[in-house]
Amino acid sequence: MGIVTPGFRGRRDASPDLPPGQYRTHDFPVLSAGPTPRVRTEDWQFSVVDEAGGRRDWSWAELMALPQETPTVDIHCVTRWSKLETSWRGVSLDVLLADIETAADFALISSYGGYTTNLPLEDLLDGKAWVVHEYDGEPLHPAHGGPARLLVPHLYFWKSAKWVRGIQLLLQDEPGFWESAGYHDYGDPWREQRYQGD
Amino acid sequence: MLEVPGWPGHLAGQHVDVRLTSEDGYVAERAYSLAAPADGERIELTVQVVGDGEVSPFLGGGLSQGDPLEVRGPLGGWFVWRPEDPSPVLLVAGGAGVVPLMAMIRTRRLLGSRVPFRLAYSVRTPADVYYADELLNPQPGDAGLEVSIMYTREAPPGGPPPSRVRREDLAQHGWPPELAPLCFVCGPTGFVEAMADALVALDHDPARIRTERFGPTGGT
Amino acid sequence: MDEDLDLYPDLYEDGNALAGPLDEVFAVEASAAVTRCAGCGRTARVAELRVYGRGAGLVARCAGCQEVVLRIVRTPREVWLDLRGAVSLRLPVGGPG
Repeated sequence: MGIVTPGFRGRRDASPDLPPGQYRTHDFPVLSAGPTPRVRTEDWQFSVVDEAGGRRDWSWAELMALPQETPTVDIHCVTRWSKLETSWRGVSLDVLLADIETAADFALISSYGGYTTNLPLEDLLDGKAWVVHEYDGEPLHPAHGGPARLLVPHLYFWKSAKWVRGIQLLLQDEPGFWESAGYHDYGDPWREQRYQGD
Repeated sequence: MLEVPGWPGHLAGQHVDVRLTSEDGYVAERAYSLAAPADGERIELTVQVVGDGEVSPFLGGGLSQGDPLEVRGPLGGWFVWRPEDPSPVLLVAGGAGVVPLMAMIRTRRLLGSRVPFRLAYSVRTPADVYYADELLNPQPGDAGLEVSIMYTREAPPGGPPPSRVRREDLAQHGWPPELAPLCFVCGPTGFVEAMADALVALDHDPARIRTERFGPTGGT
Repeated sequence: MDEDLDLYPDLYEDGNALAGPLDEVFAVEASAAVTRCAGCGRTARVAELRVYGRGAGLVARCAGCQEVVLRIVRTPREVWLDLRGAVSLRLPVGGPG
């Protein structure tokens, strides 16, 4: 540990209900690996590509026509802030992946602007993930990943890819943007899996 | 003011990374420009306290003399003024961006340098001028330094009305491009972008323009 | 404020912010080093790269084509430096004499 400076606590409100090392925030910090993509809904498309190259696409109108859910979830960022009871609106990945036949165990998520993140396919299913387009009752702002982002709240929030544009189903795991730079392949906040090797 | 045992000295324009560690291992780190030339093992930082900032209010009021602080530096090899360079220098500062440029002015003064310096300093109101005493009153050793302060929101009475810094202001208060000055621009990202673009539009060589952007955290 | 959100994520820092983290990796000061972008070939000083991501890591992008030139992540035990976006890195080290 580095030199401890007495009296320094930082801006924190730690609580026993939070994953280890997290503090509660009441604002919504924005962290980005690059410039904010500006995607118009007229141009927006979401794709699922399976391991054989088979592809399904949805336009914005098609996404809006699917059954919508309004999950309220806690989110945990690897930079240590947690935001509780955040409310969203979007389409469950169970709906989007319903007709896909695959033997793949892994998914590589990609976003407008080039960001990627990886996770096991089963972590997208059974009510654990959504493609969301509204936050707190308003259309999702580009700064927070609008027009649509992935929401996978049981993992660290870098897995909830902003500006999501597609999912590639893979037989082998492939590290995404942060995972190939030192962050954990899985990222369970309750086991504090922040970095490779944790 | 920090005492750093073994401090090797530094160049004006360099910064340090300050890392604060709490008793439970929580870490926050911020970069701060050195505000003055080295004085043996003492270094000086100027910290802008941002109300809801995580680090600056602590540095500004939570520390007591003798408290340990982890500091890494000196850092930076590009945004630095080397006193042996005879080129005239143009300093363009936005708000808290004046800090590393003040280190350059103070180094020049300490060394008795005759290199021509011009400072164009943009602030919102007269109350926002850092080092006001030093900059508004001629200091011994500052001959050859010209200071222009431009107010964007509220100007002192009797002077020109407030306005944003325009290309013409840089032409008037800066050096002509024929003199091939070395230009240092520092401040918030948007300000630095605008000023650097204006200098290029005035025909300054982009390779002679060095910039330091504070970015979104801006040292909070 | 909405206008803050519009500006906020695009307010990058510059490569002067890399000086500290790179200090742990290179024996010499690196912000004056010259990089060549693997995306578009543009050369720039490290200090002139556009740096995003502070908090999670530092992502330095080419000011010309926006591609990632270098990334640096500090974990408790390691420094991960990813240079796949840089064709080359030239560091001034000082010569004989």
